[in-house]
Amino acid sequence: MNKLLLLGDEAIAQAAIDAGLSGIYAYPGTPSTEIPEYVHASKQAKELNIVASWCANEKTAMEAAIGMSYAGKRAMVTMKHVGLNVAADGFINASITGANGGLIVVAADDPSMHSSQNEQDSRFYGYFAMIPVFEPANQQEAYDMVHYAFDLSEKYGLPTLIRITTRLAHSRSGVIRKEQVRPQNSLKLPEDLRQFVLLPVIARRNYKKLLSLQDKLEFEAENSGYNQYIEGTNHSLGIITCGIAYNYLMENYPNGCPYPILKIGQHPIPKKMVKKLYDSCHEILVIEEGYPLIEDHLKGMLNLGKPVHGRLDGTLPRDGELNPTLVAKALGLPATMGLPIPNIVTPRPPVLCKGCPHNDTYLALNEALKNYSKGRVFSDIGCYTLGALPPLESINTCVDMGASITMAKGAADAGLTPAIAVIGDSTFTHSGITGLVDCVVHNSNVKIFILDNFTTAMTGGQPSSAYNRLVDICKGVGVPEEHIRVLKPLPKNHEENVKAIQEELAYNGVSVIIPQRECIVTLNKRMREKFKKQTV
Amino acid sequence: MKKDIILAGVGGQGIISLAAIIGLAALNKGMYLKQSEVHGMSQRGGDVMSNLRISDNPIYSDLIPCGQADLIISLEPMESLRYLPYLNPHGWLIANKAPYVNIPNYPNLDDIYKEITRIEKHVLIPADELAKEIGNEKVVNMIVLGASAPHLGFGKEEMLDAIRQMFKNKGEDVVNQNIQAFEIGYNFKQN
Repeated sequence: MNKLLLLGDEAIAQAAIDAGLSGIYAYPGTPSTEIPEYVHASKQAKELNIVASWCANEKTAMEAAIGMSYAGKRAMVTMKHVGLNVAADGFINASITGANGGLIVVAADDPSMHSSQNEQDSRFYGYFAMIPVFEPANQQEAYDMVHYAFDLSEKYGLPTLIRITTRLAHSRSGVIRKEQVRPQNSLKLPEDLRQFVLLPVIARRNYKKLLSLQDKLEFEAENSGYNQYIEGTNHSLGIITCGIAYNYLMENYPNGCPYPILKIGQHPIPKKMVKKLYDSCHEILVIEEGYPLIEDHLKGMLNLGKPVHGRLDGTLPRDGELNPTLVAKALGLPATMGLPIPNIVTPRPPVLCKGCPHNDTYLALNEALKNYSKGRVFSDIGCYTLGALPPLESINTCVDMGASITMAKGAADAGLTPAIAVIGDSTFTHSGITGLVDCVVHNSNVKIFILDNFTTAMTGGQPSSAYNRLVDICKGVGVPEEHIRVLKPLPKNHEENVKAIQEELAYNGVSVIIPQRECIVTLNKRMREKFKKQTV
Repeated sequence: MKKDIILAGVGGQGIISLAAIIGLAALNKGMYLKQSEVHGMSQRGGDVMSNLRISDNPIYSDLIPCGQADLIISLEPMESLRYLPYLNPHGWLIANKAPYVNIPNYPNLDDIYKEITRIEKHVLIPADELAKEIGNEKVVNMIVLGASAPHLGFGKEEMLDAIRQMFKNKGEDVVNQNIQAFEIGYNFKQN
């Protein structure tokens, strides 16, 4: 049998292609980026005419996927966990409209915050929307679940959520593909053309239908095979694992686990299976990657039943991702340990690349702000967030996509003028434009730097929706043309750039300053490819 | 056979291609494999590591438990020490001698070498210098791979086959340069 060596992300992408996908929509975000990237690069996907689109943000991606589902075809939308916050409006309401063609939402969570602002657990969103949620334990399950999730979505006319975490997303293993590639659906509108019209009268009816499906979804979770009850010999403890936590458990019992295990991969929680484990064991240990969702359900508010151990009672850490060593400790097994890290080893935080345009922009900004009090630079999410660290220490905030502009406006309203916003080109089209509208409407005294490096750099150089459009967008929104300043951030232009910034700082109103130079990483990549072509 | 390997370095040094070659050698023998990588913010010049697990039997965890790695292979000396809690007491530490200095408080190099040589089984190889001697600074990671090869559990030919497979699309010259570099590492003798 032919095995493919795939990242968890890639297994999901290949599965979607094989399961009759017609379109995938996404805004890049670690650790989800490799799902759409794989489809973009896939020859098979091209031959099948699968639509693969980078979108302005997760909300527009979500809505495009809902639209494709409306038209009867299978759609997937992928994002990192915080991207689901952006897409939440469409996501929650799609559970009320329901799906027509199969609709899968993939949210990739980042416990331990390797590349994120928080470690929120997307399974809660699944419960909020009352739709099936899948948590694959490994790459093969990720592949298989996509097929089943499309089936379930079409059987009940509901979107489904696949939730993965960083370790699965970015770990490679052998995956066996299904032999048959399913054909795509043909164009077929919903039988009831008002199904997607969420006027109150229709929404109330749809919502009742969603509520009535809950028992059926639980029945599916009991019987799909993705929730498994594995009998054990020692009933002093029963163990519930979710997703990849199962691997960390079994790593500690290479010859088989003595305790009964309930391995959960599909929600809603299969209550009958949980009850069987609970009734037959003296104590319960819940091992889940993410928040203590099942543990909290099982304990209840008053915790009056059998002892339930997990993240809430300190058996496992309350935060951060799990690993086999933490699980060994939770089980009271002797954990193996190497030597301690020698004291001389110093942290090596990520830094801006050598030759990065952001570096020159920050040096100019720092000098232009020399005579102003500190703490007035509101920034955003991207490589340029590294400008918070020494030696630059140029920025003071990073909250969510687009928050630089709107926070600067609020601070300016509070009297901190001029307030500075620093945002990347791709982040600006993601969620910055609406904030700029607010600033223009109220003529706020804000100086907005749009760092234009022609790409979405942090996630590996995906195309930026802002490319070649920034000046026109700002003009269109109503920023006075003379206060849209395009600079070239290079060391030789330093004095000139500082002067331009100072001129705008002296103006009482909205200024947009666009330091424009290609990301050094994408530039180098482009040059290498050009050189390769010339030498062939 | 079962080997748990930690590959370490600084973002951009090329630990993923090292992992890919060892992975190819394992797949050629029909072994199971899991390999976790770092993508995202840390790739920008921060410390990066990859867990590579290969085994004749199915593998559960994508992460290597503390104290159980058979090898740490590091393209940078200080980074090799960051993962000592993962090394088993009889494990090998193979480190490139050349530091990658992109932080202002990089520690004293001799102190780092002292810590490395305290490990019972270690190889500290001046891979950057050896690469310069053959006029090809792009093959540093291949030299370090060569130095690791005797401890990976594969025959030398199996490793060479994997290298040929890895680079065959880039032409014979590239294959030969990488094999030459691998041989230099393979034949390196620690003083």
